[in-house]
Amino acid sequence: MTESKTTFTSEPVGKSVPRIDAYEKVTGSAIYADDMQFGPGLWYGRLVRSPHAHALIKKIDVSQALAMPGVKAVVTGADTPKNFGLYLVDRPIFARDRVRFVGEPVAGVVAVSEEIAEEAAKRVIVEYEVLEPVFDPVEAAQPDAPLLHPDLGKYKVANFIFPQPGTNISEHFKLRRGDVEAAWPKCAAIVEGEFRLPQIQHVPIEPHVAVSLWDLSDQVTLWTCSQSPFAQRDLIAQSLDIPHGNLRVVSPYVGGGFGGKAGVSMEICAVAMARAVKGHPVKLRMTREEEFIGTTVRQSLVARTKIGCDAEGNLLAMETAYYFGGGAYNDYGVNIARAAGYSCTGPYLIPNVKGDSYCVYTNLPVGSAMRGFGMPEIHWGIEQIMDQLAEKIGMDPAEFRRRNCVKTGETILTGMKMTPIDLVACIDKVTEAVNWGKDEPPSAPHKKRGKGLAIMWKAPAMPPNPGSAAIVRFNEDATVNVSIGAQDLGQGAFTAMAQIAAQTLGVPYEWVRISVPVDTKYSPYEWQTVASRITWSTGNAVRAAALDAKRQILEIVAQHWGENPEDLDIKDGVVFSYRTEEEQPLKGMVIYGLPNDNFEGWTGGPIIGQGHFMPTYVTNLDFETGQGTRAVVHYTVGAQAVDLEVDTETGEIEILKIASAYDVGKAINPDLIMTQIEGGAVHGMSSAFEGLKYDEAGRPLNPNLVDYRIATAMDIPRQIHGDFVETPVEDGPWGARGVGEHVMVPTAPAIANALYNALGVRFNDLPLSAEKVYMALKKRAGK
Amino acid sequence: MTTHTITVTVNGAKERLDVPSNMTLLKMLREKLALTGVKNGCEAGECGACTVLLDGEPVNSCMVLAVETDGHEILTVEGLAPEGELSPLQQAFIEHNAVQCGYCTPGMLMSATALLQRNPHPTETEIKEALVGNLCRCTGYVRIIKAIQSVAEQGAAS
Repeated sequence: MTESKTTFTSEPVGKSVPRIDAYEKVTGSAIYADDMQFGPGLWYGRLVRSPHAHALIKKIDVSQALAMPGVKAVVTGADTPKNFGLYLVDRPIFARDRVRFVGEPVAGVVAVSEEIAEEAAKRVIVEYEVLEPVFDPVEAAQPDAPLLHPDLGKYKVANFIFPQPGTNISEHFKLRRGDVEAAWPKCAAIVEGEFRLPQIQHVPIEPHVAVSLWDLSDQVTLWTCSQSPFAQRDLIAQSLDIPHGNLRVVSPYVGGGFGGKAGVSMEICAVAMARAVKGHPVKLRMTREEEFIGTTVRQSLVARTKIGCDAEGNLLAMETAYYFGGGAYNDYGVNIARAAGYSCTGPYLIPNVKGDSYCVYTNLPVGSAMRGFGMPEIHWGIEQIMDQLAEKIGMDPAEFRRRNCVKTGETILTGMKMTPIDLVACIDKVTEAVNWGKDEPPSAPHKKRGKGLAIMWKAPAMPPNPGSAAIVRFNEDATVNVSIGAQDLGQGAFTAMAQIAAQTLGVPYEWVRISVPVDTKYSPYEWQTVASRITWSTGNAVRAAALDAKRQILEIVAQHWGENPEDLDIKDGVVFSYRTEEEQPLKGMVIYGLPNDNFEGWTGGPIIGQGHFMPTYVTNLDFETGQGTRAVVHYTVGAQAVDLEVDTETGEIEILKIASAYDVGKAINPDLIMTQIEGGAVHGMSSAFEGLKYDEAGRPLNPNLVDYRIATAMDIPRQIHGDFVETPVEDGPWGARGVGEHVMVPTAPAIANALYNALGVRFNDLPLSAEKVYMALKKRAGK
Repeated sequence: MTTHTITVTVNGAKERLDVPSNMTLLKMLREKLALTGVKNGCEAGECGACTVLLDGEPVNSCMVLAVETDGHEILTVEGLAPEGELSPLQQAFIEHNAVQCGYCTPGMLMSATALLQRNPHPTETEIKEALVGNLCRCTGYVRIIKAIQSVAEQGAAS
């Protein structure tokens, strides 16, 4: 929003300035994908979806659908022969020879209205030959399981992913360090457990919407709510044989992403359907039911983990196997399995590790990136085992973690040195906030009260070369336009980038605007808005672009004054000399330059600053051992403590307090970090009670907001306490790194640990529910 | 499908519209009047993103037929700030960082507006009850509740 120029905030980095997009959003003027207007030529698409979890397609008859008045085209897999994918190119646009999950698109209908498209979709007749499906990832990983991808060996794959053709294993990451077999006998305590998590869904309040226009000159545009316009462009261009320069992806504001709008799911269907009706834009909207099963989900996991420590409480050995239920297509999922593999110790120093992380095809909706990218899934088991070990040797769980958690510079499981963090400070902050160690009474005699702790780590899971770029331009009045390819999903990226640009340039925060929407035609490249990487990576690019602009300005003014640019600086939009105290406002000169003496010519001109950032030091990891010089760019760490009560008569859990603390490097906007912590605590808590359900044929049972409940205003903890620590990252803007995902990673295991503290009952499987707690209490009482 | 001509007052302006029998109020607002501040989150009355005020009462506009609004008054988020001056609730949402992705925000503002109109000094529980039908995935509701409390404390209804 344009604040009046009389309000200004100097040096905004580190200050809780108001969000740059709040005004638009509270007035209802912020435009999202479904709000864009396309005029009377807009047509509408609906997808025909498979009713079977696993089947061969024998025949598709579209004639009845095409015969309906108002139907303009029907597209099938025969029209889309090439797969798409980011790390593993395994997914068809429309199913070709077979379907692999209930809900897989087999055809797309384009019609003049949504109602006609929906009616016509019902008239597409598909003949199937049902095949045996498999839903459990451990079962699916066995050699005799039904094979979902006979052509796995033929798919293009990134060089750090290792699928096993002839099986349903799309990725196997191995971590071998030290000698676990020699270490077990040295352990005073060993705990082993199997932990199961179901698929859950992002449930953004904005369902996916994509509008695509394939014009008569073969210029293609896709308007969609996207976290990753450039990545989507890349995948779609390759799969539909569109030259990159002919495909434009535009993303207005995103109504919640959480990873679900990062890759490609339904968007490519819209483009393929637009190709069938060149010259007409086609809008494809997901119903809420389709949002649940037809976009993407978080993978399920079966984790089998064994950890041992000595009598003093030092961790000695871990053996772990992860079976991620990747769903029918594992394109993004393979990287989740990999990331879980190279982080499998959790934020602990364990000298002997044997880890195997598998991504496995199952006949269920497609697993893909979701907030945490494997970390919530693996910490669920790890953090409960750590509590169990602490109990076995008689040590306080917080003390156990302080002793064993990874510290700066220590060598972690892949052989790299831990980047700068302070996890102990995070543990201290949350334990203090919940009066850890103090037994506090429940609010009623039939209630039990307990406290639990969990810690976490996560690194951005990226290929080794993910780039960010930024451009800084001025208006005549010296207000600034910052162009980035990064997206604000609600996390506050635009605000943080504006703060960084303003501080670097020396102008007030209120003078900076972000050039929205993100548009591959005009915005500079950004790999993706995922991995909690934007503050760090795009922040570096924005800072570089602003420094570039500043350098140009100082050179021009220095020349004008006959001074050295090093003696000049910019403050509050005015260039000044430290030497002479002369001043030159930016207004005007950032476009027109400055006249020389006696108007004998001019110096300067329109200022454009450009910058980019790409890490250059990430290395590959050995396939057999997972060892390598530098697995990741950095880790962010954090802790959560939960104080809760359980009603033993109903099993209902009431969360009294969630206390969180994260090491963010540098808080560019402290209050925005607090809002991430608050939202993350509720999202993490909610995720412990969520789970997609299917019948024995793989049909979804709860793809709606009544049967799949997410936390409402009535469900939130009585108190959410948030804090942060600032141990600077080596190469971030003012030392900043991300925290957007981390805030929901440890919540579920912290709740589980608190339940054990309250009830003496362990819950190894998600989702939790009042019913489960009640039944567990009944069982323990022997009834 | 029969078309009906209705007269409905939307954000203070009388509108005469031709609507099919089965058109929802949500579709009428978004497609006939281009009031895209009213959001579509589920079209099943489950998320509250489409909340508008019908004669002052909060309703899920996806669950109301357009024809039902003939002769009635509708207030949407676009009607909260006539002539550009933000309502106290809108101002409070900005000040308290009660907005992240913003998609639930219009619905939240309408439910909150109705709440403070009928109950100018709600307790925290009353606020949470009034918002239970408005889902948010980003904020954890904390700041939304705080923003509404701050307006209630000021004694100003929107």
